[in-house]
Amino acid sequence: MGENSVIIQLENIVFSYAGGKPVLDGLCFTLEEGTKLGLIGHNGSGKTTMLHIIMGLLKPSSGTIRAFGKPIETKKDFLDVRRKIGFLFQDADDQLFCPTVLEDIAFGPLNLGKSPTEARKMAMEILERLNLKGFEERVTHKLSGGEKKLVALATVLVMEPKALILDEPTTGLDEDTNIRIITLLNQLDISYVIVSHEYDFLAQTTREIYGIHDGRISYRGDSNTLHSHYHKHLMGKFRHHHATLHSQA
Amino acid sequence: MLQEPFSIGNSQIHRLDPRFKVVFATVYAFVVALSNRFPALIAALIFSFALIGLCRLDFLEVAKRIALVNGFIIFLWLVVPLTFAGQPLFYLGPFEVSREGVLVSARITLKSNAILLAFIALIASNTVATLGSALSRLRIPEKIVYLLLLNYRYIFVMEEEYRRLLRSASIRGFRPASNLHTYKTYAYLIGMLFVMASDRAERVYKAMLCRGFAGRFYSLHEFSFSRLDLIWLVVVTIAVIGVEILEWVKIA
Repeated sequence: MGENSVIIQLENIVFSYAGGKPVLDGLCFTLEEGTKLGLIGHNGSGKTTMLHIIMGLLKPSSGTIRAFGKPIETKKDFLDVRRKIGFLFQDADDQLFCPTVLEDIAFGPLNLGKSPTEARKMAMEILERLNLKGFEERVTHKLSGGEKKLVALATVLVMEPKALILDEPTTGLDEDTNIRIITLLNQLDISYVIVSHEYDFLAQTTREIYGIHDGRISYRGDSNTLHSHYHKHLMGKFRHHHATLHSQA
Repeated sequence: MLQEPFSIGNSQIHRLDPRFKVVFATVYAFVVALSNRFPALIAALIFSFALIGLCRLDFLEVAKRIALVNGFIIFLWLVVPLTFAGQPLFYLGPFEVSREGVLVSARITLKSNAILLAFIALIASNTVATLGSALSRLRIPEKIVYLLLLNYRYIFVMEEEYRRLLRSASIRGFRPASNLHTYKTYAYLIGMLFVMASDRAERVYKAMLCRGFAGRFYSLHEFSFSRLDLIWLVVVTIAVIGVEILEWVKIA
């Protein structure tokens, strides 16, 4: 694997919140081009912390970050990472802060130096691609939860990222929106990492699944072989449960 | 939930350049507020009503807004005529109603209604989003403009969070009364709301950083000053001069 094909590489990352014990303790993680992977872990296991470190929103106390073959150290390096990696936040209300959908989607392109006309055009194109035509003048806070999520995804995709990071994209969404997001992700030809609690969702959107436990990441297996629903058939006397968080693949 | 019912419409006033409407509404408010003679104030009120008429707004909705402000003005009428020093007009039992007090109250009533109606016609006929862009084009500092826009965006989220907290309190049997437990509970609720607001602000800021925010806001709106705006510029200039003439020239 050449250096160019590595999108993100974290090495020996240590991070702790003020006064606490380390959340991440010597964590290593690599995202290569063309991979779609899922990341699973307990509440408070450091998943979101790791994602925020990648985006430069948190600073690790030690360890190195490389992106697109270059070490990422300064603020300016992270500005470049943020242009190339799209980040979908857990709560769409955090992401959508402009009054109207069009303005919110155009926010990214305008920051990248596009003219208002160009930004508007890009926004309209992405809305069409996500089947959200007619949403441009809608007021963001009046959208439904599912609509907010899809618009939030549009605000990220409009920046034409080389990779995506999605932090629990399906929390609290209905079946229809879930399916729309699954379809959309499968159509994307860029790499992504999805943090989720739902094995079934990960099975439909990713190929490999990693787990985060005790501040480190380990490989869990092919997403098709891992699932977490209770089986209807009995094994012995009990309904059984596959792939709990601690099981090794 | 807060609505923007007056911003929907396609009247001449709706189509005017929002920058022009903001500037004129401000100038007009000062002119009316500083006028004192009744001919000028009555003329201004008529002009404001004309603006509302041209805006083709739902009169019932406008009346509701006006009623809200006039509710405060009623209190003014209850207090000022009785307490303002001046010539007695008539006596209400033991109270003396002064002529000057009545005149002051009447002026305030006319002024506030004229200004409010003009603001409904000129300012409320834009969405908050458009208003924000117009203000930023008028060189109002960006921080103030975004304070307005972000307030508008997140006030609903905060309201929802507050209702959720209140609901969870009442589900656990909380009934507000006049006792220490109630005050303490409300203090906790409000405190929690501040904590949630500050967390939210932090996350919103992070999300903005992730989309390339580097401290400067850009606007999508492009405004143009059209022929219609020019015609209206003449109309409102004449209106303002008219009010000023009535203020300064004694008519026999």
